[in-house]
Amino acid sequence: RQLLLSTSTFDYATYHSLDEIYAFMDLLVAENPNLVSKLEIGRSTENRPLYVLKFSRGGTNRPAVWIDTGIHSREWVTQASGVWFAKKIVLDHENDEGLASVLDKMDIFLEIVTNPDGFVFTHTQNRMWRKTRSRHSGSLCVGVDPNRNWDAGFGGPGASGNPCSETYHGPYANSEPEVKAIVDFVKNHGNIKAFVSIHSYSQLLLYPYGYTSTPVPDQKELHQISEKAVAALSSLYGTSYKYGSIITTIYQASGGTIDWTYNQGIKYSFTFELRDTGRYGFLLPAKQIVPTAEETWLALKVIMQHALDHLY
Amino acid sequence: MELPPGHYLATRAAALAAACLCYRRGSPGRGLALRAVRRASRQDIDGVGQKYHLELVLEDLLDKDSTVNCTAEVLYHLGNNIPPDVQFTIEGELKNAEEADNIFYNRIKSLEKELVAENIPDSHGNVSPEMEPVHLLAWVASGYVIWQNSTENTKFQLAQIKHVKQVKRSDEYLEFDYTILLHEMVSQEIIPWQMTVLWHPQHGVQVTQDSRQPEHASE
Repeated sequence: RQLLLSTSTFDYATYHSLDEIYAFMDLLVAENPNLVSKLEIGRSTENRPLYVLKFSRGGTNRPAVWIDTGIHSREWVTQASGVWFAKKIVLDHENDEGLASVLDKMDIFLEIVTNPDGFVFTHTQNRMWRKTRSRHSGSLCVGVDPNRNWDAGFGGPGASGNPCSETYHGPYANSEPEVKAIVDFVKNHGNIKAFVSIHSYSQLLLYPYGYTSTPVPDQKELHQISEKAVAALSSLYGTSYKYGSIITTIYQASGGTIDWTYNQGIKYSFTFELRDTGRYGFLLPAKQIVPTAEETWLALKVIMQHALDHLY
Repeated sequence: MELPPGHYLATRAAALAAACLCYRRGSPGRGLALRAVRRASRQDIDGVGQKYHLELVLEDLLDKDSTVNCTAEVLYHLGNNIPPDVQFTIEGELKNAEEADNIFYNRIKSLEKELVAENIPDSHGNVSPEMEPVHLLAWVASGYVIWQNSTENTKFQLAQIKHVKQVKRSDEYLEFDYTILLHEMVSQEIIPWQMTVLWHPQHGVQVTQDSRQPEHASE
């Protein structure tokens, strides 16, 4: 592998290792010190740093948008898209009207590799690994599903108490340092207005709740935003998405990220399931990375724009 | 009871119907996949099970512009002890796969050594052109395994071919021994499955033997 010298020569149309992505982040910051900074919000179970990129034009504790990718490590198109989003923000922050207006008033936080231990494991041992790599006492099995470990309906139906299961919720809420780091960040920041967690696959845009069939109070608005975001996404390559609440669209799932963030008061909480619908699934061909990222970005801009226009 | 087409009960039944249909009509030159659910309704039949009526759109994996409409009926039996019943009607014609099938058939027949391959697609989603029909054949054959093992609480997809080995035969059929990974979307589990697949251009795809394999326990 060649040493990466610039984010302009980085190959966005291929899948990268953790080291390569972390090197990319440092370069992006070095090339754009007035816009981008890197924060370490914690450490993983295996002591890897958890990095978040902050895109800001200044100010203090501005209202913010949070985007995370790679919380489930096998969903490789998501981390790859996260890298592309980072570069896109840097490229467009002055000339794209919509993005410029967002950054005029708001900050963007982007965690590209939300589960670095799992990600390394998918490169070295098991391409289909989903969970974290924690070992909790009394079990032969490794890992907790980081999207069942949040304090929203924790331990209820829609997660498993079996440590060997892919949807194991963990011994208690926020037991996973990868999750706790974000929880602490969100609480300490106190001014996040939109929260988007990105997964693959299925081509869905989802809003809360997953843990209960009670609709969220803001259901109507979230549904309308979703409709608009999906239309924007489709406009690029015709990729068709469905949208709805988690519990009606895929399944009941407890302890999920955006259920917690919504209950914290972050009204605009969404989850994406990116390409495809199952033909390649987790093994999405690399040549689809950039088209996926491009179309998803259009949907993200709709959400960010809406948050900007409806600050609360 | 009418279901919103985006409701998970509809999409699970639709995925099952598509898998079964793909198995019955597919070949190495023709893989079918679910494009959209247009309508869905569900009926609870006392003492029998749950019956779904579906209107689906299917696409040809080798030609995304080629789609067909189909109606399907799915009956999940109470207790899930027997596989669901699936019946379907395809409106119009499926694309002709004869040429692609014959090319693949002749290529394999003329191989000096039996075909062996693994990890299709690979970690980066690559499938070499020579392996496309092998991938499609697995896709079609996995439709059988999916059909036989589906319930209202499952949604299976073929995740990857871990290993495939051609088995020499003295007759005109081609035989492949596959170890595949199935992704079950409700539990999110990755399940290894072995299947023996028979194929002949004129006789369709047949899974003659299949068995669920033990998963990696802790890894």
